[in-house]
Amino acid sequence: MRSALLRIGWMVRKELRQVFRDPRMARVVLVAPVIQLLVFGYAVSTDVRDTATLVLDRDQSRESRELVAAFTAGGYFEVVADARREAEIAEALDHGRVAMALVVPAGFARDLAAGRARVQLLFDGTNSNQATVAKGYAERIVQELALERALGGRAPALDVRLRAWYNPDLASRNYNVPAVIGLLLSLVCQLLTALAVVREREIGTLEQLAVSPLRPIELILGKTIPFALIALVDLALITGTALAWFGVPFRGNPLLLLGATMLFVACALANGLLVSTVSKTQQEAFLSSFLVFMPLVLLSGFMFPVASMPKLFQWLTLANPLRHFLEIVRGVFLKGTTAADVAPQLAALTLIAIVLLALAVRRFARGER
Amino acid sequence: MTGPAAAVEAKELSRRFGDFVAVDRVSFEVAPGEVFGFLGPNGAGKTTTIKMLNGLLAPSSGSGRVAGFEIGREREAIKRSIGYMSQLFSLYGDLTVVENIDFFSGLYGVGGERRAARRDWVLAMAGLVDHRDRLTAELSLGWKQRLALGCAVLHEPPILFLDEPTSGVDPISRRRFWDLIYELAGGGTTVFVTTHYMEEAEYCTRLALMNRGRLIALDTPAGLRAGAREPLLRLATPDPIGALAALDGAPEVVRVGLFGRDLHVTVRDRERALSRLPERLAAAGVRSDGLDEIRPSLEDVFIALVLAAGGAAED
Repeated sequence: MRSALLRIGWMVRKELRQVFRDPRMARVVLVAPVIQLLVFGYAVSTDVRDTATLVLDRDQSRESRELVAAFTAGGYFEVVADARREAEIAEALDHGRVAMALVVPAGFARDLAAGRARVQLLFDGTNSNQATVAKGYAERIVQELALERALGGRAPALDVRLRAWYNPDLASRNYNVPAVIGLLLSLVCQLLTALAVVREREIGTLEQLAVSPLRPIELILGKTIPFALIALVDLALITGTALAWFGVPFRGNPLLLLGATMLFVACALANGLLVSTVSKTQQEAFLSSFLVFMPLVLLSGFMFPVASMPKLFQWLTLANPLRHFLEIVRGVFLKGTTAADVAPQLAALTLIAIVLLALAVRRFARGER
Repeated sequence: MTGPAAAVEAKELSRRFGDFVAVDRVSFEVAPGEVFGFLGPNGAGKTTTIKMLNGLLAPSSGSGRVAGFEIGREREAIKRSIGYMSQLFSLYGDLTVVENIDFFSGLYGVGGERRAARRDWVLAMAGLVDHRDRLTAELSLGWKQRLALGCAVLHEPPILFLDEPTSGVDPISRRRFWDLIYELAGGGTTVFVTTHYMEEAEYCTRLALMNRGRLIALDTPAGLRAGAREPLLRLATPDPIGALAALDGAPEVVRVGLFGRDLHVTVRDRERALSRLPERLAAAGVRSDGLDEIRPSLEDVFIALVLAAGGAAED
């Protein structure tokens, strides 16, 4: 037992030495996560703000200018151009210079006084998500204006007050940044483990290890523990940046995050081992890894909500460790979720980890002979 | 040879890959302290046999013992008793010389004072004392191979398997490598080595020749040479290609082949060939600068044995 632990220790030390001797590798595991976090934190935003808007005001009245002002006041729309002719609208939408056009017909002020005014809103539906959200904002602005006029200063009979819990500003950054942890841990654990194993197969050292007293299970542990350690460092790095730089709230228990991360890391490491058993070269390992990685991300709810997937795919996501992990991470950061709240997700992660590890160990040990 | 005392023993060892029989009922014994040469053309089954003996492959049938332990059943005990160096250079290029040595010491449980002593021994043996902190990838091939040998024997195994250890190195490095092998054998280590360099075969105490998965000869180098049945003649000629065409297929000739600038002609009967072949050459207009009988080299013997056994698998 003691000699087995010593052998595993030598493997771990050797592996870490190799990772950090290669400056590219060191950057991949330590700098890349922070860069990716910054990209996701700044660039990837599903918030719809400052939608480029074209205005064709054929009325040029005080009322029409009030309407345009109501659109720009909330920060959701930004008037970037004024049109004089109908044809300019199509051109601006075609070229993508604007995503929405607001057309105020002649006689708007007169019609408004008579209670039968109309305005036209044209959207670029190419990005359906953005168009839907912008449409919602625009409808609300127009309706509020109409209501205001109808009531003439009296209080409405029925008033709706909306409040978003956990993320009151509905900032997509708060939702995305914690989820990046799941993405990066998958990448580090799965891809790097697969590459580390296949590299040894390529240069022939795997055979050298196989004739040494190192047992298959010791080899597996020696190959995975280093990347699990790196994953924990990355977890601290990403969480630290998310909190200190982006001011993402952290309301839950750090220990719950740590525990869930360990379970998730076990799944990713097992995936890496499985990829390594079907890959002869590092290139193959790289490609197979991405083949596994893409569906895992797409079916995780990272970008597209699981609830809006077809039923069959919703069932499939239950086998996806990333799906469960993201639910836990987002909950712990934003909602202060407790272990009891996410017991089903924790159980699912544990089950998936056990199945994947058992498969990986079996395939790995058999592949050796 | 006495059975239980053998360092390596194979009994009817076979390995099939699907329909292909890579090793076909191979049996032999290697005595402790021998330098046992394992020869044969590419694809003859040498590497597959070694892999069955050191536990990398399970035999399809047959049995074997290494250092007294049964292959397949006592893998862990065998692993501790053997050193293995494959034709692929198998050290970590991104680790330094000393880091490689220490890593393998660690795997084999060589610790404490013994580790330091063995490390110094390997560095001295491989001539790397002044390069101990260099990355292994930067070393010359000869150095790498000596270092790989050193790492394979850090734990002082009684048996050492070498699978084409010198492929690709220059003759000087190869010579130095064999000096090391002799040193180890002199210290009592049994060395089991595959090669296809004929001059290396001469260094072995005994030779096994494999072809198409079968063991087709097993003897000392001298014994194998003595067993060659057909006389061998050497023909010196300024036109070896013309001579080859003239003699190939002649009734007195078993086999004819180019050997440097000469022709080696295996014949059925010495006297008859010596009298008839000059006539055939003259008839073809090829000048002969001398035709005489020579002692067959190991290469001649092996080519004859392989052809008699049906030719190499690649032909």
